[in-house]
Amino acid sequence: MTGLWAVLFVLAAATAVGLWFQRNNGRVKDAPVSRVPMAGDGDPPADIEPEPPTAEAEALAPVLAGRLGEHATMVQFSSAFCQPCRATRRILEEVSVMVPGVSHVEIDAEENLELVRVLDIRRTPTVLFLDRHGVVRKQASGQPRKADVVAALGELMPDEGMDFMI
Amino acid sequence: MSNASAAVLPASRRPVDPRGPRFGAAVTTVVLIAALVTVGTTVGTVLIAWQTVAFALGALVGLQAQPYGVLFRRLVRPRLAPPAELEDPAAPRFAQAVGLLFMVVALIASLTGITIVATIAVALALAAAFLNAAFNFCLGCEMYLLGARLRRS
Repeated sequence: MTGLWAVLFVLAAATAVGLWFQRNNGRVKDAPVSRVPMAGDGDPPADIEPEPPTAEAEALAPVLAGRLGEHATMVQFSSAFCQPCRATRRILEEVSVMVPGVSHVEIDAEENLELVRVLDIRRTPTVLFLDRHGVVRKQASGQPRKADVVAALGELMPDEGMDFMI
Repeated sequence: MSNASAAVLPASRRPVDPRGPRFGAAVTTVVLIAALVTVGTTVGTVLIAWQTVAFALGALVGLQAQPYGVLFRRLVRPRLAPPAELEDPAAPRFAQAVGLLFMVVALIASLTGITIVATIAVALALAAAFLNAAFNFCLGCEMYLLGARLRRS
């Protein structure tokens, strides 16, 4: 009898976890405020000293050297034991071909554990969306939908015009 | 991965139909529900032992040897349309290893009469298998990066 209750409890708890996972998996969210040096969107006014780079930006810089997109960069963290990493790579590669000035950089999480800790990456795939200054503006953990990726880039580069979306 | 490169890979490394591991997770869920209901009895111990063997074959030999995978390839896959894409067997094989870990604990506890430990271990394995079957959520895979972060800090 105890076993039957245990079964019901486990299935109920797992269903709750599963529904939560389904809701949040791959959603593109704003990056934590601490990652964004300037409040508000857009560039800082010219007469204000630029903020010192965040620890995140400093850690990312050597990995991204020469690979930053002109307008935006999508940084994907992947690992060997990751089912959705391959599909995520395909989506991001398609988008980077479709949207001019956007690059896609894939990083092996296990080979860059220090960076993973600094950026507090907990799952693979995790995708960071960087603006043209290399600042992390948005992120998604889990495989994002293509439409959400395109929408996130649209928010990231409002000045560039998103003609390709029409 | 092209078909040419797949042909030369050993069986344990060949890309798999992703519906296979998911089918296996569904069978595992049913077996573990039965094991959890009967834990502490001889039937419960036999079910735990069987699932331990199934996970051990999947984790130590490869997915091609996993009994539920064999069942899928022989009986289910011939009735389905070809898969949209194949997946690397590394992640599902890792999940088998995580399952094996829990089932070894459950089996030892079951054989030594520590029913509460066996119950908890089977319950955790059941939760993971159910999440995989119902939501395509690989708990072991999700834990992997967190584990790697801790291990080498």
